[in-house]
Amino acid sequence: MLFNFATALVFLIFGGLFVLLNLGISRILQARNPHPVKISTYECGELPEGESWIQFNIRFYVVALVFLIFEVEIIFLFPWALVFKDLGLFAFVEMMIFVFILLVGLAYVWAKGDLDWDKPQSVPAPELSQSYEQKEVTETVDS
Amino acid sequence: MSLFDVIFYLFAAFTLASAALMVVSKNIVHSAVGLLFSFFGVAGIYVLLAADFLAVVQVLVYVGGILILLLFGVMLTQRITSVDMRTGTLQLVPAILAVAGIFVILFRVIRTTSWNIVPEAEAQFIPTAEKIGYLLMTDFLIPFEIVSVLLLAALIGAAFIARKGT
Repeated sequence: MLFNFATALVFLIFGGLFVLLNLGISRILQARNPHPVKISTYECGELPEGESWIQFNIRFYVVALVFLIFEVEIIFLFPWALVFKDLGLFAFVEMMIFVFILLVGLAYVWAKGDLDWDKPQSVPAPELSQSYEQKEVTETVDS
Repeated sequence: MSLFDVIFYLFAAFTLASAALMVVSKNIVHSAVGLLFSFFGVAGIYVLLAADFLAVVQVLVYVGGILILLLFGVMLTQRITSVDMRTGTLQLVPAILAVAGIFVILFRVIRTTSWNIVPEAEAQFIPTAEKIGYLLMTDFLIPFEIVSVLLLAALIGAAFIARKGT
């Protein structure tokens, strides 16, 4: 058992070394000529505005919470799955009770609408095309 | 000092260094990353103590779950990154007294607890998940089912609090 984890450790060490080595080589070979524009955040060609760390939607948090609860449930499923064959129907029924109690929680958050996503408001189509045409007209006037 | 000891002390040092980074860092996101590495180090120590299942749980729940929630909490808080965090030294003498008191209590607990220790020569590295499964389905059946009720309560309570915030 320890040997399997040793494999994982060797893998981790070599993975880390690979990253460090590549970054190191890049550091040695690269031409360093910093400029405020060059080190600014790339935002699809637009001028960057504000911080890159923005406030998330609270919906993400609720989904993460639900995920965490069911992750803990999965952790109880693993040892159960190993002995399930030996213990038979009894273990199966026990786990079904366990899963069912947690499904009540899923039903609760589902019914209460915590899993519903805020859909972005769509702009009415006619307005959009109108403004687009107007923009085209002004551009042709300018040129 | 065997290779085992070397790896153990490396993991311990890694854990402590990451924890120190987390405490000292002025940027809260850097603190979270420090905590991540600290959790990883603890998982490594679990492996060395032959608690393989616990190590996997540590990575899954703490690194994969708790830390993500923590980062979400940071991201959800408005303008938290621009807050100047104070990590300097304040109240040095009371802090030393408090830490020393906690150390004495912890040390006494460690010394007086009758640990279920296996002699080093007999210690084996065998997978523990199967044993845990048997015990959960036999001796600890009632606690196991109560855990589901606890998780249910946590889920509903957390969803309720999160909903009030919106």
